[in-house]
Amino acid sequence: MRVRRLWKYYGHFPALRGLDLELERGRFLTVFGPNGAGKTTLIKVLSTQIKPSEGLVEVGGHDVIGAADRVRSQIGVISHNTYLYPSLTAFENLKFYGRMYGVGDLEERSRELLERVGLRGREDDRVSEYSRGMQQRLSIARALLHEPEIMFLDEPYTGLDQHASRMLRGVLATLHDGRRTIFMVTHNLEEGLEMCDEVAIQVAGRICYREPIDRVDREHFGDTYFECVGGGHKWDS
Amino acid sequence: MGFLGQAWTIAWKDILGELRTREMVFSMLLFGFLVILIFNFGIEPGLRDEALVKPGVLWAAFVFAGILGLNRSFSSEKENDCLQGLLLCPVDRAVIYLGKFLGNFVFVLAMSLAVLLFFSVLYNVDVIAVLPGLLVILGLATVGFSAVGTLFSAVSVGIKTRDVLLAILLFPVLVPVILAAAKSSAFVMNGEGLFAGGSWLAMLVVYDVVFLAVSVMVFDYVLEE
Repeated sequence: MRVRRLWKYYGHFPALRGLDLELERGRFLTVFGPNGAGKTTLIKVLSTQIKPSEGLVEVGGHDVIGAADRVRSQIGVISHNTYLYPSLTAFENLKFYGRMYGVGDLEERSRELLERVGLRGREDDRVSEYSRGMQQRLSIARALLHEPEIMFLDEPYTGLDQHASRMLRGVLATLHDGRRTIFMVTHNLEEGLEMCDEVAIQVAGRICYREPIDRVDREHFGDTYFECVGGGHKWDS
Repeated sequence: MGFLGQAWTIAWKDILGELRTREMVFSMLLFGFLVILIFNFGIEPGLRDEALVKPGVLWAAFVFAGILGLNRSFSSEKENDCLQGLLLCPVDRAVIYLGKFLGNFVFVLAMSLAVLLFFSVLYNVDVIAVLPGLLVILGLATVGFSAVGTLFSAVSVGIKTRDVLLAILLFPVLVPVILAAAKSSAFVMNGEGLFAGGSWLAMLVVYDVVFLAVSVMVFDYVLEE
């Protein structure tokens, strides 16, 4: 993943301000940042949901504007929004997305994923009857249907109960196999630091801190974070 | 799965969802029936220009009820941010447009047929005798209506006042369809045959081709904005 001088404007407001970022294949990067730092905007640009205003963005070796469909076929997105149709059953949701991604042996793949996220036996229930945690677990299955090489996680723990959070951590642990690239944005320090290889802090549309996890003092990371966030104005110039 | 297969998958997802909730079809039907009923109170039996008024009543009901349905077309994708999920799929934007168009076409056509039946009973029109001609007009007009309606529904989806905005945007663009459909229906319902209003029919065909093509081309820009 390669980002050079990325700018994204909403009207005249720059949500991303010349952001640079690089992430090697198989690495797990967690980006922390306060509300309004541009974390979600960054993930939306990387996952082709919105186009950058300026700069170069390559994901999986493909340009997010010129080869958006190639990028989309390589990525999976888990967000606090589940992207699930409430009036369809879990199985119908997976079948729908599976067909859109051209997944082969869809029935088998769907059942395998439902088993993995602990929803086997509830696959014929409508999503509207699911709890928030169950919907998020199904959303994980949806994102993994086409076996993406790159995962984007946007505040995935939001609104999850203990059980669902544990399930998500378990799934993330299996996904983090050294072959799959994972990019997570969160403002939850504890959960964000748990499995990642690298840590970054984004403030005011820029990355102002980045370190490998083995060089991060976990106990005092909170202080580093608040130092960056509090001094956000330093990075605005 | 090819282009059309994926488009049909999107349409089928919409149809299946609607069969479960019945939110859109019920409100469309109720509104269509109400329009037919209220006009019936206003038009006295034996009115001299009754034959000219009836097609207008019918198309007013179709259009008003149809717009109600179009409002739901993309707003149903807003729940759980499903539209983003759809946009993340590695498919051409034209597939998404075509899928939503097909779904809208099915809903509007189903509503129109039910309203037509209600209309025939209330206005004492023998629709069976003129059904083939009416079906052709209905089909062509529904294609044009759904083509433009799907596009404008996507335009207005992120706006709070989308219900009002959709109607404001849609009506001026739909004038040729409403005009051509009402005029051709008048010829058919008066027993003059489908091709008596040949130029109106041709207008419907040209409108369908032009607006389907334009909508497919600009849909990507609409979604991006």
